[in-house]
Amino acid sequence: MQNVVSIKKLSKIYDNDFQALKNITLDIKKNEIIALLGPNGAGKTTMISIICGIVIPTSGSVTVDNFDIIKDYRRTRSLIGLVPQELSLEQFEYVFNNVSYTRGLYGKAPNPSLIEKILKDLSLWDKRNSRINELSGGMKRRVLIAKALSHEPSVLFLDEPSAGVDVELRQEMWQVIKDLRNSGVTIILTTHYIEEAEAIADRVAVINKGELLVVDNTSDLVKSMGQKTLVIDLQEAIQALPSKLESYNLTVLNNGLSISYNYDSSSKQTGITSLLQDMKETGLKLKDLKTEQSSLENIFVELVREN
Amino acid sequence: MNFYAIRAIYFHEMDRMRRTIGQSILSPVISTSLYFIVFGSVIGSMIPELDGVSYGSFIVPGLLMLTLLTQSISNSAFGIFFPKFTGSIYEVLAAPVSSLEIIIGFVGASATKSLIVGIIILLTASFFVELKIQYPLLMLFLLILTCLTFSLFGFLIGLLSNNFEQLQVVPLIIITPLVFLGGSLYTIEMLPEFWQKVSYFNPVVYLINGMRWSFYGASDINIFISVVSLVGFLVACIVGVAIVISKGYGVKN
Repeated sequence: MQNVVSIKKLSKIYDNDFQALKNITLDIKKNEIIALLGPNGAGKTTMISIICGIVIPTSGSVTVDNFDIIKDYRRTRSLIGLVPQELSLEQFEYVFNNVSYTRGLYGKAPNPSLIEKILKDLSLWDKRNSRINELSGGMKRRVLIAKALSHEPSVLFLDEPSAGVDVELRQEMWQVIKDLRNSGVTIILTTHYIEEAEAIADRVAVINKGELLVVDNTSDLVKSMGQKTLVIDLQEAIQALPSKLESYNLTVLNNGLSISYNYDSSSKQTGITSLLQDMKETGLKLKDLKTEQSSLENIFVELVREN
Repeated sequence: MNFYAIRAIYFHEMDRMRRTIGQSILSPVISTSLYFIVFGSVIGSMIPELDGVSYGSFIVPGLLMLTLLTQSISNSAFGIFFPKFTGSIYEVLAAPVSSLEIIIGFVGASATKSLIVGIIILLTASFFVELKIQYPLLMLFLLILTCLTFSLFGFLIGLLSNNFEQLQVVPLIIITPLVFLGGSLYTIEMLPEFWQKVSYFNPVVYLINGMRWSFYGASDINIFISVVSLVGFLVACIVGVAIVISKGYGVKN
């Protein structure tokens, strides 16, 4: 698939000598949803701020649709929409006027019918003549999305879109993001909600301390880096594991009524067959079996801890 | 050139004036009118003519400049500082807009607001004192040039300010004293010789006298020196803003 954003060896050192980004290289594919995952201060916001022109990079280059973000800033910025993390809005302005203002900033002729459609899609049409300080936090975040969409961008950056948003609105926002992707927009979102990345992202990039730790399809990442666990429920509780089973590194759970076995599902020899065989030989009677996949959250925590 | 962006910024700023009409228009007009009433009509009637004009008429150019300078600076300083303060400056920085277009939008709106206030003050003055303008085109030229120059200066202050206190320091602590001590209410000749010499180091003296010359054809300073001083300050402001914007000081990291 064609790359729409290409980041090459991007670094940023702030005036206080803090290095927010260290040699980041990342390609973002057209029409995908990619989640930039990382703890607070990882460098996610710095990265998108550089691409959008708000922060000046120290070194490296970024292209959007093959145009350089510095030399061809007019072209690249007109392709990009940005929803910032903070609710940065002028509180005394009216919703419709404020969204129209952003469209003007991007060099587009006024288009009231488009603004009407965007506001209706985001359930803000009823609030078009309200002042921004009269809106709830969730509505303000939707106003920010409306502003970012007002100039019809093909790449949309969402910086922590779910921060401070309730569960219901979060689900609605995910649906909006999916709909945008279906309409041809490439979505790059930063989040530290693993659940969000798992729910909507096609790919995940994990960033920590300014370094890119891993980039992969969400499902492949879970499959390749995640461990699976086989949990076996027994008919009768055991006091201790039979010596024949010691080599399997089993864990006794549930007061001896269950045992768990961790295995790598991608390897040819998972060891499950021999474990079950040995259990039969030791006389243990099975009641039930189930497998559990480690979550993206487990993988994320593990990656960040190792880093 | 992104004309839609310039238009968007310009009308966005003008809209702010409409929302705060009391602060933007009424407040400077009322305070200047009080000067005309107290110094022009009440006290002025007891003061002899200066440079061949009544005292009330004499102070009009100075008070006009006082308002233009303070309004131009505060309009544009606040115009750029407020989005910095709220964080909404991000959308101007992320938009496909050049530094020049940003400046034209913000400074153009600020200068327009000051010009509107200046014209209202002139009309108001005509109710209290006898007003005659000997060189109206020159007066209009100086009026526009002053609004633009000091709006640019205010823009620079707004860019560099990190809090509301810094925003107020230059207009209140530097500009207002310079205007009051710059011959807005008296002629430089009325001062002792030493203070006359000191006054020539006050740049506002040249601006006020330039404006006064356009009204009455007489002033303490040659009109060409006044115009050159104003143009020189305009160039200095353009260079200052260009450097600050190109380096990203105050807005970009």
